[in-house]
Amino acid sequence: MDKRFVYADNAATTEITEPVKQAIIKALDIYGNPSSLYNLGGEAKTAVESSRETIAKCINAEPSEIYFTSCGSEADNWAIKGTAEQMLKKGKKHIISTVFEHHAVLHSLQHLEKQGFEVTYLPVYENGIVKPDDLENAIREDTGLVTIMFANNEIGTIQPIKKLGEICKKHNIIFHVDAVQALGNVEIDVKDLNIDLMSASGHKIHAQKGIGFLYIRKGVRIATFMDGGAQERGKRAGTENVPSIVGFAKACEIACTDIAKKTEYVTALRNRFIEGALKIERSHLNGDKDIRLPGNANVSFEGIEGESLLLLLDMNGISASSGSACTSGSLDPSHVLLAIGRPHEIAHGSLRISINEFTTKEDIDYILKKLPPIVERLRNMSPLWEKIKKTEKEGK
Amino acid sequence: MYTEQVMDHFTNPRNVGEIENADGIGEVGNAKCGDIMKMYIKVDNDVITDVKFKTFGCGSAIATSSIATEMIKGKTIPEALELSNKAVVEALGGLPTHKIHCSVLAEQSIKAAIADYYKKQGIDPEPIVGKVPDCEDGHCH
Repeated sequence: MDKRFVYADNAATTEITEPVKQAIIKALDIYGNPSSLYNLGGEAKTAVESSRETIAKCINAEPSEIYFTSCGSEADNWAIKGTAEQMLKKGKKHIISTVFEHHAVLHSLQHLEKQGFEVTYLPVYENGIVKPDDLENAIREDTGLVTIMFANNEIGTIQPIKKLGEICKKHNIIFHVDAVQALGNVEIDVKDLNIDLMSASGHKIHAQKGIGFLYIRKGVRIATFMDGGAQERGKRAGTENVPSIVGFAKACEIACTDIAKKTEYVTALRNRFIEGALKIERSHLNGDKDIRLPGNANVSFEGIEGESLLLLLDMNGISASSGSACTSGSLDPSHVLLAIGRPHEIAHGSLRISINEFTTKEDIDYILKKLPPIVERLRNMSPLWEKIKKTEKEGK
Repeated sequence: MYTEQVMDHFTNPRNVGEIENADGIGEVGNAKCGDIMKMYIKVDNDVITDVKFKTFGCGSAIATSSIATEMIKGKTIPEALELSNKAVVEALGGLPTHKIHCSVLAEQSIKAAIADYYKKQGIDPEPIVGKVPDCEDGHCH
């Protein structure tokens, strides 16, 4: 089998597809300021507003409910801190979230905790899924916000958003959903799901980096993110990033078309990978087997460390990711893997493969061919693996 | 991210394995932190005649152990004890800041192996080698 390039890190970012690229290039010529009165400005304004309409349609929202941001993290920050500001006016100071949110959410919450807010972090159990009953039980008189991700970025597990939304609605609590990983991979109907605020990002669905949006349901009060001009209904000032907005709309339109068909194809490939990877002895799938994003597989291999695994995969043309401490630049392995109860040493040896509709069966088979000898090679030089095998032997 | 030397030692690690009837074995680091280094030495007349290692860890952990074995092989014990983590980093043409602890582990694993050698000889290693951290103490660098 010849060496090939397999990009299997689509949860990190995605390639810009040709139709999106073309839309962006075309929009680069519309250099007028959307706020200007003359024709060129009007053209830019039209491009922005029709993009807003396209995106709104993808999630069954109204165009006026879509607010463009610079990225998913900005949308998360805005949703959480902007709601917190409103909560103070009502004397509310309690927020509910989960232990395995993205850092854009977790660090925003930690920031608020320092300012006197109280946060309850719901557990996600071994399968990586929140229990709606836990949410119900955590709600207090002064709870003003629930923020729970649609699908986890590391292990891909999909949360029971509809049930969580119903609970929030019943108690009249603002419900924010970080849908950065879910948009375009899962059907999203914000009305049906009772979502009040939702964050999304362009570069996860083949658009450019530097563009995201926050959905703010009509009637939901949230503090202004950026003071300045009247852009984004006066809530997020700054001249619009017209080409990125146009590209995002194109990408969103494509991603949200035929999700079911795409899901079927990608899920089959993902399952092929999981099945093959789990043939390696002492390997474990992280997160629920079925209730996960179609393109996400996260497997831990005992006795090895994730970064060295990634380096060797990269030498074989395979781009993937890991939750090991070494790849995160921190001392602890992924908070997500620890949240589902993986011990540190197993969390260190994790591999995340995130594929999409452009991945082929040949790509998967190539990874499955390269992976076992790499794991074996690292295990052969691992004193931890030696210990595991010794314990195994003594146990028999 | 890594220098050519680091990638070379990571992809073609020198002296990987174990030594049967080693004169000294040192193990530092722990699984919780994501790196363990185990160093085996054979000593003849105060000279380290052979050295082998096994490492669980990231690319730089494997590379630092590999180059450290090269740097002490054939050296006397006092010479080996002088090997500093700084020298390991220099020999590798540098390490990213958050990987410096790997070079510290490499230095410590050699000291631990030498300490074990002295212990086997019935000599208290602490006055010679200094205090080598216990690998099970659970502290991450």
